[in-house]
Amino acid sequence: MTAPAVTNRPAALAADSSTAGIDASCRLPLFMLFGGAAFWLVLGSIFGFIASLKFHKADFLADAAWLTFGRVYPASTNLLVYGFAIPVALGVALWMLARLGRVQLARPWLVTVGAKLWHIGVCVGLIAILAGEATGFEWLEMPRYAAVILLLAYLLIAVWAFSTHHARKERTLYPSQWFVLAALFWFPWIYSTATLLLQFFPVRGVTQAAIAWWYSGNLLFVWLALAGLASSFYFLPKLVGRPLQSSYLALFVFWTLILFGTWVGIPAGATLPAWMPTLSNMAAMMMVVPAAAVVLMVVQTTRGAKTACGGGPLCYMKFGTGALALSVLLLAASGLPFVNRFTDFTWFGTAKLQLWVYGFFAMTLFGAVYYILPRVAGFELPAAKAVRVHFWCGVIGTLLFALPLAIGGVLQGVKLANPDIPFTDVTKATLMFFRLGTMGELLILAGNLLFLFNIGAVLVRYYLAVCRAACADLTAPLPTAEVKP
Amino acid sequence: MKSSATVFLAAFLALAASWGGFVLAPQIQLGRSVQTVPLGSASLYPLARPGLAQQGLQVYRANGCVYCHTQQIGQEGAQADIYLAEAGTNVAATLAAITKINPEMAKPEVLSNLPRKIVEVADMNAAEPVVRELKAGGGRVEPVIVANGPDIARGWGKRRTVAQDYLQDYPVQLGTRRVGPDLANVGMRWTDPNWHYRHLYAPASALQDSKMPPYRYLFERRRMGQVASPDALQLTGEWAPPAGYEIVPKAEARALVAYLLSLRADAPLFEAPLTPPAGNTAPTNAPAPVVNPPVAAASAQ
Ligand code: HEC
Repeated sequence: MTAPAVTNRPAALAADSSTAGIDASCRLPLFMLFGGAAFWLVLGSIFGFIASLKFHKADFLADAAWLTFGRVYPASTNLLVYGFAIPVALGVALWMLARLGRVQLARPWLVTVGAKLWHIGVCVGLIAILAGEATGFEWLEMPRYAAVILLLAYLLIAVWAFSTHHARKERTLYPSQWFVLAALFWFPWIYSTATLLLQFFPVRGVTQAAIAWWYSGNLLFVWLALAGLASSFYFLPKLVGRPLQSSYLALFVFWTLILFGTWVGIPAGATLPAWMPTLSNMAAMMMVVPAAAVVLMVVQTTRGAKTACGGGPLCYMKFGTGALALSVLLLAASGLPFVNRFTDFTWFGTAKLQLWVYGFFAMTLFGAVYYILPRVAGFELPAAKAVRVHFWCGVIGTLLFALPLAIGGVLQGVKLANPDIPFTDVTKATLMFFRLGTMGELLILAGNLLFLFNIGAVLVRYYLAVCRAACADLTAPLPTAEVKP
Repeated sequence: MKSSATVFLAAFLALAASWGGFVLAPQIQLGRSVQTVPLGSASLYPLARPGLAQQGLQVYRANGCVYCHTQQIGQEGAQADIYLAEAGTNVAATLAAITKINPEMAKPEVLSNLPRKIVEVADMNAAEPVVRELKAGGGRVEPVIVANGPDIARGWGKRRTVAQDYLQDYPVQLGTRRVGPDLANVGMRWTDPNWHYRHLYAPASALQDSKMPPYRYLFERRRMGQVASPDALQLTGEWAPPAGYEIVPKAEARALVAYLLSLRADAPLFEAPLTPPAGNTAPTNAPAPVVNPPVAAASAQ
């Protein structure tokens, strides 16, 4: 193992606004955010895998309350979004803000504390879900004591993100910064509204359901999209060495995404005043507009570029765009009344979300992390090959999970709509597809393990070097060592 | 966009709009809902669930039944079925009226086998003139409103669910996925608590080929005393406990089953009309009093 090279530079350099100085200022907070995120990601996919095995054998792990389907399943979705997606997006966002603003990250140690606090909140929430304390609202299962920790942690990170942005030396805004700023602002609003009105001062009746759907729609279709697109628009031009095509389209995407996306999420068959699902369906169809513009941007930006993607970050981002397009097509289709008659309340929705959350968001962010990590660590990824393997696991896994489930979902819906088909036959017909999906989940789990492996290896190597330097410091006869990171 | 302030303003406007639409507006529209009096009834609806059932709602939440079960029913529309209950004194006039309304039914033998459905019309407004006409012969006529749609045909409910049905619950768990059947009215379909206990303990023992996971941890296996406990589960075959042991529901299972039995959204409401079943003047979401094999079971599976 060779010692990290870039860390061996004079301390004076770390205080300036060179790229190396900026990367160094992000190091510890990003290690904290990415490391925890990778761990939760793997743990979440293990829970998800357990949950789906129960469809193969209902008896599987059925004797422990904490391992029942209704607990491991929300544990897996919550770990994917709160454990992985949010911290990883925050990490990438902080780094982009610093790099684009040409300033060092403000108060890295406070951001690190915020990151730790966030992971503590996730841990508390996870234990609560497994212990049967989940709230009963989908995507918002973590009970209020975990929610308070999460919100505080988020604010702690967001404040220093804003502060970094405020102190920027490069005043002109790049499109990614719009997306990041809007995302930073979006989450505290939706999360505090949902937590207050559903947990601290609960509203009555189906308004609870309306608020829960409003929240999850905004979290998944706006927040994740803002964070994911910020990364695409930053990294794609960088990776192909061409300017973003174009800022005007990016502005169009920004506006249409926040205007339409924020209304998405209420199922067509929801027991709510009829105007609400109708509005939500219309918004779902309108999401085609920003999605088409994103595809256009990505095609125009990368077209003709000589860069081969070779299983690296560029591949991840391109696949992410494809998954976004496919997912939005499914979303828009389920906005049409003659389609959602057959897709409502089926596996179709699960397929759509998997494409969105994993296919688009997670894959894009993996690409970003693989790009950033060597730079902030100061050395190459220990297992560069694993990046490529992870890519293929992610691609095949996502498709193998989402496509059968989308088809199976339609079949389920068609059969449900025919009351002459007994319910057990409906279940039997869809389980086949679901079982195919389990193989996809297994591949995704494998890919996630590779992600964890790479990040873990970076952290271990970095901290070993730090320890070694500290030891050398202690034992050195003269104060010549400047190897402190 | 040139400045961060513009970005924030844009985000603020977009989010404030949906906040007003999906958070504030339903609260204004529904937030002040109170119990109402169902059509043809004197008592209020919905009543709070009995205490045990309220605890059961929390067991339902804690164990995540909502990830496989919805509790919301849709309907495609409603129709009015017009029944002739008594032919009346002037049979000829009644027959003449039937001939006009539905010639196929205008046979004397129809009148000897009452009550019979004479015709289906779109709704109560369309039913009114038909009823008047049929009554010409002095007969007794009953229009009955029935809901349509696959959910109803499966026996998952008698009408669509409406906001009113959930007024008393926290958390409201409408659900988004039907891995299992809808449970909004399960208390009407499966009225026997012992069936529910068996189904929760070993779903496949209650329904062949069930894919629902078992909830054995809600039950206790204990050594049998001199006589079997009255609440021990009646299990046979592969599910039976070893000799000398019995399976009894824990407190959570009792609460959960009380909750399941309380699930019924069948009160005829103004926004979801339905003809109240004869003799049932107090629609309620309290447990159904009868303990017998459910009629709708066949269609519910
Ligand atoms: C993994 C998905 C799953 C979970 C979780 C689940 N169920 Fe089910 N449930 C099913 C399936 C599939 C059926 C249909 C087969 C059967 O009746 O056993 C069903 C049927 C039922 C029925 C019978 C409904 C009818 O009309 O026949 C009841 C009652 C029920 N479940 C209650 C519950 C309760 C209470 C819980 C939570 C403790 C729960 N279920 C959790 C999948 C699930």
